[in-house]
Amino acid sequence: MENNSYYNAKDLKKFGNIAEWDKSLADKFFAWYGEVFEEGALTAREKSIIALAVSHAVQCPYCIDAYATDCLQKGVTNEQMMEALHVTAAIRGGASMVHGVQMMNKVNKLSM
Amino acid sequence: MAETKSLLAKNSIWSNPEAQLEHLESGIFDHELPKFMEKLNEAGWNKLTPSRLEIFQVNIGKMCNQVCQHCHVDAGPDRKEIMTQETMQLILNAIPASGAHTLDLTGGAPEMHPHFRWFVEQALLTGVKDVIVRCNLTIILANKKYHDLPEFFAANNIHVVSSLPFYKKDKTDKQRGDGVFEKSIEALKMLNRVGYGMPNTGLKLDLVYNPAGAFLPAAQSALESEFKKSLMEEYGVSFNQLFTITNIPISRFLDYLIASDNYEDYMDLLVSSFNASAISGVMCRNTLSVGWDGQLFDCDFNQMLELPLSTKGKHIADFSVEDWNKREIVVSQHCYGCTAGAGSSCQGATV
Repeated sequence: MENNSYYNAKDLKKFGNIAEWDKSLADKFFAWYGEVFEEGALTAREKSIIALAVSHAVQCPYCIDAYATDCLQKGVTNEQMMEALHVTAAIRGGASMVHGVQMMNKVNKLSM
Repeated sequence: MAETKSLLAKNSIWSNPEAQLEHLESGIFDHELPKFMEKLNEAGWNKLTPSRLEIFQVNIGKMCNQVCQHCHVDAGPDRKEIMTQETMQLILNAIPASGAHTLDLTGGAPEMHPHFRWFVEQALLTGVKDVIVRCNLTIILANKKYHDLPEFFAANNIHVVSSLPFYKKDKTDKQRGDGVFEKSIEALKMLNRVGYGMPNTGLKLDLVYNPAGAFLPAAQSALESEFKKSLMEEYGVSFNQLFTITNIPISRFLDYLIASDNYEDYMDLLVSSFNASAISGVMCRNTLSVGWDGQLFDCDFNQMLELPLSTKGKHIADFSVEDWNKREIVVSQHCYGCTAGAGSSCQGATV
């Protein structure tokens, strides 16, 4: 049966198929992507936690599936994962609230 | 709620090796995913053959004080299969001419066997360099008669390899039963006190990590650092090495995969993580697996699936290292577990 939803969990496995329409750029992208997640000044585990937090910020279901799994594999605890999400939420919430200063500036300028 | 009965006691279909094998040979492997043998062929192996016999891995019985969710042996207090002393003697007789340097004792909880200590002491006389006991830790505290196991291990310089699925209580207890984590920590402290896992004692204490669910283990070295830091900081516990082991899709883990609707995705994960460079290090190439009744197998997993060795002699009484060297290893789709990612064996990652 045809799947008419915008997101299909099985599509994550087909990520590599983007190379079919532009191999050269896809090869560069995947090589760079792989290198980004290697051990460096940050550990691969730390990078996976950042990726999980960012996945929720950009609300990408593929990324959430991928990095929830990756975090589990890398031994990240449930508490650590949830704390990372609160960081996401705090920044998202904070980003709205800090604009309150702009709102206040405008209102104050217009008001007698 | 922790499990208290084996699949066998519950009359589960997945206690039947034939049903398991049928499941592994069909379904998603009919068309969608390649069979293990095809992947071997693609990687340039027209059959899987042995390297050199190094390890006798002996399962001395299925009785255990725990009922772990992922157990491929389906071990537990209700399992009564146990090796006779005569079979143990046949193993002792076979070791010297085999060239094996390691005896790896497993179960169940091998320490519950009434002849366990005798077997260990006799094995040391055969000239093997390393005697491993796969200790579930909680057995040390399970009964007064086991309290002196750390001293017994130390006196015989036994290499202790213990399962601890995680360095946190919640995931450990979920997989191995309520209270298992705290008892395991207490047992680890007892082992540390007699010198296990401590510097300059020569007494080796290794831990085994296996994922608490349908995912692969992380890089062994990174996880080892996490375990070492956490166990030392929170509990003052030391150990030598961490072995990461991939859960093999048979028995209770297969039951879990099917019941949780994870089976197809997990098999897909194992197949897509197939690593050709892990083939040469798989343990069936250097290990002889002996069952509680003396039957011979390529590994402990084939033993539980009742896939016998392909040699003419299939019992320890008829063991011939020459035949073992010439045999073809028996494979099915569960073998993907040992070749996924960084590879997996009873000695941890293989790549």
